[in-house]
Amino acid sequence: MSTDIPGGEKTAMTLAESDFAADRRVHDMGSALRDYRDRIRAGELGALPAVLGLIALVALFTALKPDTFLSKGNMANLSVQALPITILAMGLVFVLLLGEIDLSAGVASGLCAAVLAKLITDAGQPWYVAVLSAVAIGIVIGTTIGWLVSVLRIPSFVVTLAFFLGLQGVTLRLIGEGGTVAVRDELIVALSNRNMPIWLGWTLATACVAGYTATQLLRWRRRHVRDLHSKPIGFVLAQCAVVAAALLIGTYVLSLDRAPSPLITLGGIPWGVPLVGALLIVCTFVLGRTAYGRHIYAVGGNAEAARRAGINVTRVRVSVFMIGSGLAAVSGIVAASRLNSVATDAGGGNTLLYAVGAAVIGGTSLFGGRGKARDAVLGGLVIALIDNGLGLLGTSAYLSYLITGLVLLFAAAIDALARRRRSNVGR
Amino acid sequence: MADNGDPVLRVTGLNKSFGAVHVLHDVDFTVRLGEVMALVGDNGAGKSTLIKCIAGTHPFDSGRIEFDGRQVSVDGPRAASALGIEVVYQDLALADNLDIVQNMFLGRERRRGLVLDEPSMEQAARETLARLSIRTVKSVRQQVASLSGGQRQTVAIAKAALWESKVVILDEPTAALGVAQTQQVLNLVRRLADTGHAVVLISHNLNDVFAVADRITALYLGRVAADVARSEVTHGQIVELITSGRSGGLGLAPRTAAENI
Ligand SMILES: Nc1ncnc2c1ncn2[C@@H]1O[C@H](COP(=O)(O)OP(=O)(O)O)[C@@H](O)[C@H]1O
Ligand SMILES: [Mg+2]
Repeated sequence: MSTDIPGGEKTAMTLAESDFAADRRVHDMGSALRDYRDRIRAGELGALPAVLGLIALVALFTALKPDTFLSKGNMANLSVQALPITILAMGLVFVLLLGEIDLSAGVASGLCAAVLAKLITDAGQPWYVAVLSAVAIGIVIGTTIGWLVSVLRIPSFVVTLAFFLGLQGVTLRLIGEGGTVAVRDELIVALSNRNMPIWLGWTLATACVAGYTATQLLRWRRRHVRDLHSKPIGFVLAQCAVVAAALLIGTYVLSLDRAPSPLITLGGIPWGVPLVGALLIVCTFVLGRTAYGRHIYAVGGNAEAARRAGINVTRVRVSVFMIGSGLAAVSGIVAASRLNSVATDAGGGNTLLYAVGAAVIGGTSLFGGRGKARDAVLGGLVIALIDNGLGLLGTSAYLSYLITGLVLLFAAAIDALARRRRSNVGR
Repeated sequence: MADNGDPVLRVTGLNKSFGAVHVLHDVDFTVRLGEVMALVGDNGAGKSTLIKCIAGTHPFDSGRIEFDGRQVSVDGPRAASALGIEVVYQDLALADNLDIVQNMFLGRERRRGLVLDEPSMEQAARETLARLSIRTVKSVRQQVASLSGGQRQTVAIAKAALWESKVVILDEPTAALGVAQTQQVLNLVRRLADTGHAVVLISHNLNDVFAVADRITALYLGRVAADVARSEVTHGQIVELITSGRSGGLGLAPRTAAENI
C-alpha cells in the first residue's frame, strides 16, 4: 500500500528498513550490539571515551604506583577529590548544552565559598543561613550573566571572562589580600571529612541499585507492552548490572577500614558522595524527563527551531546560567569543606579547566545540544584520577599543568571529530 | 464540521508595505479543505510575505483574514497555530540533536504531571506518520541529524499535520531535493489534502505544481494575476502569468501589469 518508496537508488534498503522496522524489530543482543556499534561509528560516542579513559588511567597508575594508588586511603581520597570538580562540571553541562561557556564558574564557586566562610566564622551565622546565602549569591551571579548573554547578546565567552576577573576581585576584597578564612562548622566540614556509618552506606547503595533497576525495568515493560521502541531486555539487564556493580564495589571499597593505625577504625562513604548522587538524580530527571530539559536540548540544537516552536529561548538561556552558577556555589562549599578554609585564590587556578575538562571528557559537546548529567560524574572521576595519580607520582607542577591541558585538548578533539562524523553520516 | 471544498481560509484585500515599499497589493487568496492551492510567482513576487502575514509573523496594513467563515486577527505565530494554521518554512527548523518524536512535539510536549509522556507522544507521532503513509523512516527514535533531506522535509510536514491543523502551508518544500525525494514529498503533499487538510504549496517548479495542485494562484509583483483551477490552464499560460502578469484573457489588465515596470 505504500506508494512513496522511490524507484532507483537504495530501494532494496528502503524496503527492508521501512515501516519503522527498527522500532518493531524484535531485538536480540546481537542486533542491539550492532546498533550500538553503528552508533559509535556514526559519532554517537556516549560514555565510551570516559569509561575507556577510567580503565586506562587506573591500569596506568596501578602499574606505576602499585601500593599507594590502590590503597584504601587513596580510594577514599580520590572520591573526595572528585566531588567539587563533579558538582562544578554538572552545572557547566547545562551551560555547555546551549553551546555557551561559563569561564567564571570556578571563581564564582570561590566567591560563594568565601561568603559562606565569612558568614559562619566572622558573623557567627548557622550553617543553613550561610549555605542558602552562598547559593543565592551564585544564582544572582548566574542571573546577571544570563541576562547579559541572552538579552544584550554579548557572547558568553566575553561576559564570563569579565566575571572571571571581577569576581576574583570581589573575593579578594572580602577576604583581604593573602588571607584565609577558616571553616569550622561541624556539618560543612563533615561533607568531605566525615563518613557515613557503614550500615547507612550499604543501605543507600542497595536502595539506589534497587531503585535504578526498578525504574529501568518498569520503563522497559511500559514501552514493550505498547509495542514502542525499546532496547532488548538483555541489554537493559546488563546496564543495570554494570550500575549495580559500580555502586556496590565502590561501597565495599569505601567501607573497608582504612585507618593508618590498628588502634582506630576509619571507614564509610564520605558524606559528600550522596550529595553528588542526589544532584545527579535530580539533574538527570530534569534534563531527561521534563519539558524544560527537552527545551534546553532544543535551544542547544537549533535555537531558531526552538523559538518557532514557541519556546522562550531567552528564559532558557538565563536559566542555564543560573543553574551553572548555583551549582558552582555548592561546589565551592564542598571544596571549602575539604580544605577547612577558604583562601583568596579559591576556585582559581585550574578549577574551571578541570570542570570543563570533566564535562567534555564525560561526553558533553562544546558545540551544544549533546550531554548528560552523568558526564560530569564520569569525567569528574577521570580528572580526579589524573590529578590524584600525578600527585602520587610526584610530578612537578609544570608537568601537571601541561598534562591536564593536553587531556582537555584531547577530549575537545574527540568531541570535534565525533561531531564531524555525525554531520557526514547525516544526509 | 467543515467539509471538503469549503473555503477554510479567505484573505481579502490584503496590503502590506515594508517602509515605503508596497509589497502586496489588494491580495485575495482562498484555500479550501481537501485542496492543494499552489502559490506561484517570480522571485520577490511576495509569496513568502503573503504567508508570513497569514501565519502572524508579519503585521499587515489593511485587509481581512477569515478562518472558517469568521474574521480573525492573527497577531502572532501562536495565534495562527491555535487556529490550526501551520507553516513549514524553507529552512525546516528541526533540531538535529533531537529525534523525530521530540521534534514533532517540540514546544507542545505531552506531560503527565511534571514528567514527559513519551509513550503517548511516540504513539501519536507514529500514527500521524502512518496516516500519511510515511514509511521510509527506520525508527521514530532516530535523530533528525541522521535523516536524508527528503526525510527531513517529510518529518517537518508530518509535524505540521500532527496538530489537527486545517491549513498547512509549505514554502518551497522540494527546492533542495533530488528527483526521487521530490516525488516522495509530492505524494505526501497530495495525501495531506486527501486526508482533509487545506494545503498551500509555494513552488518555483511548475512540474511539481501541475503534479499535485488543484488550484493555482499566480502572484505578479505583489498582485494576484490569476486564481484558476489547474485543469483550466496550461503550463505556458502559467509561465506567462508569472513573467508578465497576464496571458491572453487571463491576468491583470494591461495597464496594471505595466504600471510596476
Ligand atoms: N523583511 C523585509 N523587509 C523589507 N523588504 C522585504 C522584507 N521581506 C521581503 N521584502 C521584499 O518584499 C518583496 C517580496 O518578497 P518575498 O515575499 O520574499 O518574495 P517571494 O517569496 O515571492 O520570492 C521583495 O521585493 C522583498 O525584497
Ligand atoms: Mg520566498
